[in-house]
Amino acid sequence: MSDQLDPLRALDEAGERHLPDRVERHTPKPAGSSAIVETSHEVRVTTPATVCGMGHRMKRKEDPRFIQGRGTYVDDVKLPGMLYMDIVRSPYAHARITKIDASEALKVPGVLAVITGEDLKQAGNLHWMPTLMSDTQMVLPIEKVVYYAQEVCVVVATDRYAAADGVEKVVVEYDPLPVVVDPFEALKDETIVRDDKELKTNHIWHWEAGDREATEHVFRSAAKVVKQYMHIPRIHVASIETCGMVADFNKATGKLKIWMTSQAPHAHRTVFALVSGIPEHKIQIISPDIGGGFGGKVPVYPGYVCCVVASIVTGRPVKWIEDRSENLQADSFARDYHITAEMAADADGRITGLRVRTLADNGAADAAANPSKFPAGLYSICTGSYDMRAAHIAVDGVYTNKPPGGVAYRCSFRVTEAVHMIERMTDIMAHELGEDPAAFRLKNFIRPEQFPYRSPTGWEYDSGNYHAALKLAMEMIGYEELRREQAEKRTRGELMGIGISSFTEVVGAGPSRDYDILGIKMFDSAEIRIHPTGKAIARFGTKSQGQGHETTYAQIIAEELGIPAEHVEVEEGDTDTAPYGLGTYASRSTPTAGAAAAVAARKIRAKARTIAAYLLEVSEDDLEWSVDRWQVKGSPEQHKTIQDIAFAAYTNHPPGVEAGLEATDYYDPPNLTFPFGSYICVVDIDTGTGEVKIRRFVAVDDCGNIINPLVVEGQIHGGLTMGLAPALFEEIVYDENGQNLTGTFMDYLLPTAVETPKWEIGKTITPSPHHPIGAKGVGESPTVGAPPAIANAVVDALWHLGVRHIDIPITPQKVWKLLRDHGITE
Amino acid sequence: MSTHQITLTVNGASHSVQTEARTLLVHLIREQLNLTGTHIGCDTSSCGACTVIVNGRAIKSCTMFAVQADGATIETIEGLAGAGLHPLQEGFWEKHGLQCGYCTPGMIMSAKALLAQNPNPSEEEIRYGISGNLCRCTGYVKIVEAIQYAAAKLREQQTQEVPA
Amino acid sequence: MIPSAFDFYAPRTLDEAIALLAEHGDEAKVLAGGQSLIPAMRFRLAAPAVLVDINGIGGLDGLRETNGHLAIGALTREAALEEYTFIRERYPLLADAAHVIADPLVRNRATVGGNLAHADPANDHPAVMLAYGAELAAHGPRGARTIPIDDFFTGMFSTSLEPDELLTEIRIPRPGPGSGGAYLKVERKVGDYAISAVAVQLTMDGPTIRTIRIALTNVSPTPIRAEEAERILTGQTLTDATLEAAGQAAAAACDPSADLRGSIEYKRDLTRVLVKRAVRRAAERATK
Repeated sequence: MSDQLDPLRALDEAGERHLPDRVERHTPKPAGSSAIVETSHEVRVTTPATVCGMGHRMKRKEDPRFIQGRGTYVDDVKLPGMLYMDIVRSPYAHARITKIDASEALKVPGVLAVITGEDLKQAGNLHWMPTLMSDTQMVLPIEKVVYYAQEVCVVVATDRYAAADGVEKVVVEYDPLPVVVDPFEALKDETIVRDDKELKTNHIWHWEAGDREATEHVFRSAAKVVKQYMHIPRIHVASIETCGMVADFNKATGKLKIWMTSQAPHAHRTVFALVSGIPEHKIQIISPDIGGGFGGKVPVYPGYVCCVVASIVTGRPVKWIEDRSENLQADSFARDYHITAEMAADADGRITGLRVRTLADNGAADAAANPSKFPAGLYSICTGSYDMRAAHIAVDGVYTNKPPGGVAYRCSFRVTEAVHMIERMTDIMAHELGEDPAAFRLKNFIRPEQFPYRSPTGWEYDSGNYHAALKLAMEMIGYEELRREQAEKRTRGELMGIGISSFTEVVGAGPSRDYDILGIKMFDSAEIRIHPTGKAIARFGTKSQGQGHETTYAQIIAEELGIPAEHVEVEEGDTDTAPYGLGTYASRSTPTAGAAAAVAARKIRAKARTIAAYLLEVSEDDLEWSVDRWQVKGSPEQHKTIQDIAFAAYTNHPPGVEAGLEATDYYDPPNLTFPFGSYICVVDIDTGTGEVKIRRFVAVDDCGNIINPLVVEGQIHGGLTMGLAPALFEEIVYDENGQNLTGTFMDYLLPTAVETPKWEIGKTITPSPHHPIGAKGVGESPTVGAPPAIANAVVDALWHLGVRHIDIPITPQKVWKLLRDHGITE
Repeated sequence: MSTHQITLTVNGASHSVQTEARTLLVHLIREQLNLTGTHIGCDTSSCGACTVIVNGRAIKSCTMFAVQADGATIETIEGLAGAGLHPLQEGFWEKHGLQCGYCTPGMIMSAKALLAQNPNPSEEEIRYGISGNLCRCTGYVKIVEAIQYAAAKLREQQTQEVPA
Repeated sequence: MIPSAFDFYAPRTLDEAIALLAEHGDEAKVLAGGQSLIPAMRFRLAAPAVLVDINGIGGLDGLRETNGHLAIGALTREAALEEYTFIRERYPLLADAAHVIADPLVRNRATVGGNLAHADPANDHPAVMLAYGAELAAHGPRGARTIPIDDFFTGMFSTSLEPDELLTEIRIPRPGPGSGGAYLKVERKVGDYAISAVAVQLTMDGPTIRTIRIALTNVSPTPIRAEEAERILTGQTLTDATLEAAGQAAAAACDPSADLRGSIEYKRDLTRVLVKRAVRRAAERATK
């Protein structure tokens, strides 16, 4: 392989001056809580439809308001006297600010204030804020801007039209500076993005996982080594609702009430308290209905801080709602990993090792939404579904003149990058060895009896049955027949490809010994209160953005207590009422808060037993639980239902026992969960135009026990579509000046119903052995698993021509170029 | 900068309002009429979150000035349910045709106009019919099912209304 | 994204509209469907001081087929083109294009006249009307006149319409026996502008192409015809060799720029491929 195809070699050469004192290492510790579990194909249902516990296809409880246009999103909040904020943004990616003149703007009717970085500085150094990765980020600049569309100052006016007029009238003068867009160029440190830092370098951190020496050894003795450079490009979550806030600071009470598009309202409250100095009990954050998050609503953006300041300054409520172009141009991105990977195999075609060098383009600040100890997220899951002897992963983070990040894009911290790499490499190895990619995977998978499986990078996979999932996918799609068809078509010059991805996810962060954000441990919480009539309210530290928590959490509680799910009101997102939690992202809600719901319900069930024993005048040991009641063993007609017990808890509670029936649980998971699946994609390629048509796509997912099959199906369909999107359509593109060329939906291409195939889904069920209800989390698996299935299918169609790899997004132009380069035309 | 007095019928109710010429129809609906079920998702007429029905045709209300709707009859998501839910609302609920709910009102209004023109659309026709509406959550499969559900139910209602 | 302020007029007659345009000159913009103009105004890329909304003018919309031509009122919504069987049957080129312009919601507002008068080389109707050899009727203070489509597009976003003239009608010559047409567009996704698109209208004499017009979308600064390709195919039967020669001639004739949709080479080659396919499809329809 030539050096051109291995730009990361330059990183090794440049690395000397970066590495020695800046190495961070992290190896997850084993949990020791796992056991072998059986795989099944049927959803487990233990409660009748009247109770609607786990496994029921319950229609979502939150839907009636949405289908009638009665949801309440942030932009729907309207307060008396409310002002509007709009933002002046930089037309340069790197420039000194020489002047900000707001005088004309202040003459616009309705414009009340223009707030600059200098104002924030005067207000107590609020012009900088910490990122979630303990880096710093400008709220509003004083000296220079470091990315295109960066917030420069804000205009506050009586309505949004006046605010927009004001923005147009602010005069900002810039002195442009050299721009560094390419992260490899950035490593040369010729242009320093962050000259506010003591160390004048764009290199941020170096991070390693695995065993370097053992990996070198494996590679030295390998019979076959394949190597590939790939770029997983910058993309944007582009939830259909953009970000926004209504901030209402009441000078009389000193209370700051905030409605914001937040996936993590509690963590955001703590950040606001620490940054602003407002006592935390005087800050209430309400995350109302959220129009999609996907990770984009985890960070604190400068606009939020400005909106709060604007309310404090004016003493009136202030609303800020992003435009789509602001959202695409300035909010946090996802991915942007440059990867050189090598895979080793022995003479029998067994994968023996993996060596990965990665450059992470973080933009102008390390504002990744990762657990603190994991600057590259959970990327070291990248040995994937394959049993190998050794692996070593090194990642370097670098600053460039681009918006800071990154966030997830519907994936657990950097798992998509890891899965894309391992699944591409596995396919390349299979093809190079002349083996069928399916057979090659079946040969190399971690075997069911190896679980709990300790990976070479230190993970302990809780449960899995990779063979069952792939075999089911092959059966559903008719794999052997497709291979025959492909061979036959190839003789006629027609190009079709079959691509497989057999991914392993890692979600549910996470155990407190390893996982925190800004020091706050990544537990999550549930608080359940049973009313006298046997109905319940349950509150959580998470926040649904469409995942259906109001339904699925109610079903978990119904499962555990027998209270019909329709009688359980689920509330999230109000920091004044909900228990503290870290929020919803990285598929963590079911693994953490879902577990907390079950555990809290079990605490209630235990107290209910005491009450039932008192009411039935038997010993607690004589009672057994059945669906919704404690009954006397061997004499089930003697029982007390949960409703009987709830009533008694308030009207006739046992002496010496507290009245009431409620419980809270802060669940600290013993391990993460490891959902998995196998996807098979069939594509046809138009040799004239380069267009790729997905003919079929079969997805077999295993997310452990299923709470609501309807919701799980929806999560999988949606996740697959957000896997399709970066595979074929989406990419944030910058020109050499750092201008975003894809700043609207006219060029940032979200798939419509036409481009999206009719997904075919199947399932296996291999419960998590350590999770209270055996569930694993599912929302992101398909986003993680789908892109390599599509990429592998396209490469599979072209491999015989000499094509080994195509970077996503696989656009018609890229395919056309490869076809013509390899002599195929129409 | 001209302001105009306009009259429009929204969900059966007549409104006479003053509007600046540049006010987008979606802002009038959301902010002056307080019908916040119609959403805004982009600046380029791409996403369809703002879809309403104007004089029988589904349009993007962010790409029409309010003043242009003088005299128009407008239907928004809030006006869809009668005594009970509209079959499309039922379908979206039954088939899990929504997740975050943000695109849903626009999607439903788009589907309503589609079914009015084509009561028995094929899957492909449905997919093309809603191709002006972006959904980031569902992957469209269940939206298609929801519209099929509603189409069947509406056809059934039609047959019942006209006894053989 | 909020437009700048402007004065709004909604004339009820053509003459009123023309008078307003004459009065306000360069400050005024005509608002038809608004599906290109309003987004441009929201980004303040366009900030006209005056908008003249022509939607309230009677008689400017609708389709009429006379013995000589199909008359399309300038205010006819794109969606209307999809709603008539006779369009699908007798004007397949127009029907093909109608289905791939923007998306169904935009087509409910967007107008055929606006699509042409905006003169965006990325719009689809310019190539369609060039291939049809359509004639455009315009109305101004000096009365009515007709403009052959070949003389209409004078540059990127500019036409031979005077600032105080309104496009009122598009007249497509009624295709005779043996006619066929097709519009083939490759776009990155539904609603996108073409990477390249090709409009073909031809008449067949048995296996021989008697007349043919070919026009190209979004591969030149202005909408263009592929005249050399037309010459190569006229009087010929459809063979791989003549099609290839025509495709290559069209590829050579276009002048695309590189952008996110593709490189110059890609757009040229795509045009070559689409010309071959579109001619074949048009011929198939002609002989059916």
